[in-house]
Amino acid sequence: MTTVTAARPRAPRLTTAAAQIFMIVMTLLWVTPIVFALYVALRPITETNKLGYLSLPRHLTLENFANAWTQSDMWRFFLNSVYVTVPAVLLTLFGASMVAYVVSRLAFWFNIPLLILFTAGNLLPPQVIITPLYRIYLAIPLPDWISGSGLLYNSYAGLIVINVSFQLGFCVFVLSNYMKTVPTDIDEAAVIDGATLWTRFWRITLPLCRPALAALATLVTTWIYNDFFWAITLISTGNKRPITSALANLQGQFVANQNMIAAAALIAAIPTLLVYVLLQKQFIAGLSLGSAKG
Amino acid sequence: MAATIGPSDPLTRFSRRTALKSLAGFAAAGTVLAACGNDKTSSSSSSTSGSATGPITFGSNYSDPAPKDAFAALVKEASTKAGVQITINTTDHNTFQNNISNYLQGTPDSLATWFAGYRLQFFAAQGLLNPVDDVWQKIGGNFNDAAKSLSKGLDGKYYLVPIYYYPWVVFYNKSVFKSKGYTVPTTWEQFIALAKKMKGDGLVPLAFADKDGWPALGTFDIINLRTNGYDYHIKLMKHQVPWTDPGVAAVFDKWRELTPYLQKGANGRIWQDAAKALENKQAGMMFQGTNQVAANYDPKNLPDLDFFVFPTINTTYGTDFMDAPADGFILPKKGKNQDAAKKVLEYIGTPEAETAFLKNDHWDVGLANGLVAPTYNDIQKKSVTEIAKCKNVAQFMDRDTVPDMANAMIKLIQQFIDSPTAATIAGIQKSAEGQAKTIFT
Amino acid sequence: MLTRRDKVVAVAMLGIPLLLAAAFVWFPALASVFLSFTKWTGVGGIKLQSCQNFPSAPGIPQPGCLYGVQNYVQAFTNYPDFWPAVRHNAIWLAVFIVIATPLGMLFAVIIDRGLRGSRIYQSVLFLPVMLSLALIGIIWELIYSPNFGLINTVIGRNQNDNLIDWLGDPRLNLWALLVEACWRQAPYVMVLYLAGLKAVDPSLREAAVVDGANAWQTFWRVVFPTMRPINIVVLVVTVIESLRAFDLVYITSKGNPLRGLELLSVLVTQNIVGETQRIGFGSTLGVVLLVISLVPISIFLYQAFRREAR
Repeated sequence: MTTVTAARPRAPRLTTAAAQIFMIVMTLLWVTPIVFALYVALRPITETNKLGYLSLPRHLTLENFANAWTQSDMWRFFLNSVYVTVPAVLLTLFGASMVAYVVSRLAFWFNIPLLILFTAGNLLPPQVIITPLYRIYLAIPLPDWISGSGLLYNSYAGLIVINVSFQLGFCVFVLSNYMKTVPTDIDEAAVIDGATLWTRFWRITLPLCRPALAALATLVTTWIYNDFFWAITLISTGNKRPITSALANLQGQFVANQNMIAAAALIAAIPTLLVYVLLQKQFIAGLSLGSAKG
Repeated sequence: MAATIGPSDPLTRFSRRTALKSLAGFAAAGTVLAACGNDKTSSSSSSTSGSATGPITFGSNYSDPAPKDAFAALVKEASTKAGVQITINTTDHNTFQNNISNYLQGTPDSLATWFAGYRLQFFAAQGLLNPVDDVWQKIGGNFNDAAKSLSKGLDGKYYLVPIYYYPWVVFYNKSVFKSKGYTVPTTWEQFIALAKKMKGDGLVPLAFADKDGWPALGTFDIINLRTNGYDYHIKLMKHQVPWTDPGVAAVFDKWRELTPYLQKGANGRIWQDAAKALENKQAGMMFQGTNQVAANYDPKNLPDLDFFVFPTINTTYGTDFMDAPADGFILPKKGKNQDAAKKVLEYIGTPEAETAFLKNDHWDVGLANGLVAPTYNDIQKKSVTEIAKCKNVAQFMDRDTVPDMANAMIKLIQQFIDSPTAATIAGIQKSAEGQAKTIFT
Repeated sequence: MLTRRDKVVAVAMLGIPLLLAAAFVWFPALASVFLSFTKWTGVGGIKLQSCQNFPSAPGIPQPGCLYGVQNYVQAFTNYPDFWPAVRHNAIWLAVFIVIATPLGMLFAVIIDRGLRGSRIYQSVLFLPVMLSLALIGIIWELIYSPNFGLINTVIGRNQNDNLIDWLGDPRLNLWALLVEACWRQAPYVMVLYLAGLKAVDPSLREAAVVDGANAWQTFWRVVFPTMRPINIVVLVVTVIESLRAFDLVYITSKGNPLRGLELLSVLVTQNIVGETQRIGFGSTLGVVLLVISLVPISIFLYQAFRREAR
């Protein structure tokens, strides 16, 4: 928040009041859907079928949450999300930082074109590439111990690969900008001391990028966790899907019970809510880094 | 129709072991992106006949609990009678269908569940299924001509062994007909007159819902079958007759005669609600499949439910045809142990097998000649009689034609329901024909 | 000044991620273009001959073959969903530009002024950005539910004979979804804008105030012009997000094609994921999406790398 209060004249009272009222109204409007969903999820379906969602509660219950969890093996979907998200985030940051380092520290003629290539890739709508990607995935064999299906298609490895490829661009862009702001004197001293490129990267520069890495980790984790399209099109076995795309399965399974679907959706939101509560600063910092220029 | 297009995928729970087994089937390179003439559609049958008692796997899309149990019971019987060990690999309903092309090209099970109609013939024509003529040599005596023709591919060879089907008919409540003095109509004129009478009596003459898109296809089908006959209908489905043909316009014109008596707002109503309207006696009649309407009825109201077949429109064709979509089993070309698989099919094509499968099923009926299983209720018994009277049965538009065409017709018919005018009909025909040309080249 | 070994390491560091991106992003993008000129059901390979060389019997599908520009002709003239999809994408973009983005900017400006409670406002408004679109779709289905939902109950239209079917009626459902999308997009823009506002030199503002400008003038004449880079980023993000709209539609329509919700991204998937695949035609729609996307992408790249190129 701004700290320049002394030089700033007092805004006229009306404007402040108007702004406050506007913001309060907006905030209330904005929070309503989530509160409403929570309210519906806490009520038994028998009651809402008779009285509708907007009625006063006779009973509040956690049974929808419990049932959603047990009847759909949600733990399995969460596990799938972990299998996909954790490796993907690590690989993305690792790969992106490598590229960012080379591009920002070493003067090659192809640095700019490369950056352009990576950044543009991140901006493509996924539907542009899904057709050939689908066929490629069906054609690439994987040993059974990596992929349950023997193919890149319908495997965790497949999801990891595409998520990494897609998120690389944004992270390369952010990290290369950030690395440019990291002073090079330690680097140069290390060169004189005979340190290899890898050491300079891994031991010296990368640790200095921790803020950017933390911010990106938060962003990318949220984005990969929230991914829906890749999982829907590249995973065909219902119980291999990560939680976000599995919500589509659950919509079908609980089609008669919207309250349970709401509960399932809210359970799926818990990890993102955790990130939101604990790491909001990093998340926003990540977005800012991505939008600002180094 | 609940077994074909229906609510989207419910979750299947099967053991991890089964999951691994089924997925371990999919090893092998699939198609190459731009192979230079690498033709995978050779016509010689694969040499994976294997052992005649070898264990086989059976791919299934019966993921809902009730059909899943029925199928398991059938497979158990088949396993004993044929002396073959069978493992079932269940995949969620919609996913199985969406992936069928990749499944058949990859490493499919020895046998798989599928449907009759063009949906069958399409994959057979691409060389993904093996013919089962030798099986039909043994079971052919159990089935009539209609059943035989729906099991054949475009080349005249058999590719399917059916297990059950169900008719699309006009439902009504006996008590309402009795109390209001209605009689079952047998001709179109009587049908319209009855609808008019019902309207005057304050009933909705025909409950009607098309939010899901597919229910109204049944109405198109039956009016086409009644007006233009079976051959014309099948030709239209395969685009051997253009959609701009006057015969198609005749179908929509007949439908227009019916629209004043159809429940309003059909595009926003799910069929379950229309069935409820019939059950609550707010509506007089409803035209849909037995395994939807009857299945939706409260069991205590079921004795009141009865049906009649759609009335005659054109006396040349009478009531010779109807939609009766059939489910069955196919032999994927790349499946293993085909001799053993064929033995299982030989068992399935018998009245005993159908009885075993339909033990807990109160809506579908088997195709074996004259089969009246001990578990059949009145609706089922009547279904058997009525279907037997048919010279041929169609498989419902979404199985008789390419899915893309069916989807196109779904949208066009919804437009018709919104505004059943002559101008709309002309527009629909033009659009349908334009799309069919691109879908069917 | 790089050792031999260093050079090898540098190549590996650059090369492996590059290979990944090339294989799974760029190669498919190019392949999409190639496939858009073919007709293929996905069974068997593609023969590099014109489709006219193959017999065309009704019911029997041709093998994969070269189809020229026929797919494009069909998409533009024959496919009834195409122009509605383009129209809907355009509407989606327009709503984002006219409603979501200014709203987000407004939030950002107000919060940046240090209004009391800004921390709370920002936190609450920001929550939808963290949720996946699938989740957002499910949550809002409760609000739009015809018989029980918040809106219909409040306005009294939740009985079977006077329902408003927000998500099923083709005249309404696009707008209903756009409300959901804006619910998420406006705070997203807000955060991006806040970052930019923070970077504005406070002395600029002080100078303007000293010169007698009021808050409104200060913003439009002084602050806004210096935020050109941010403005461009926001614009590009807006366009990209509007072209990506898929998850909301899919979760609302439960995978079935729904009238009124045709979008280019949805049409692509409908043609390639399913029982009978029209791979060539689906690729064509993908290429159309690609060409449209290249416009904002190019603007962004130009803006972002203009300084580097100097």
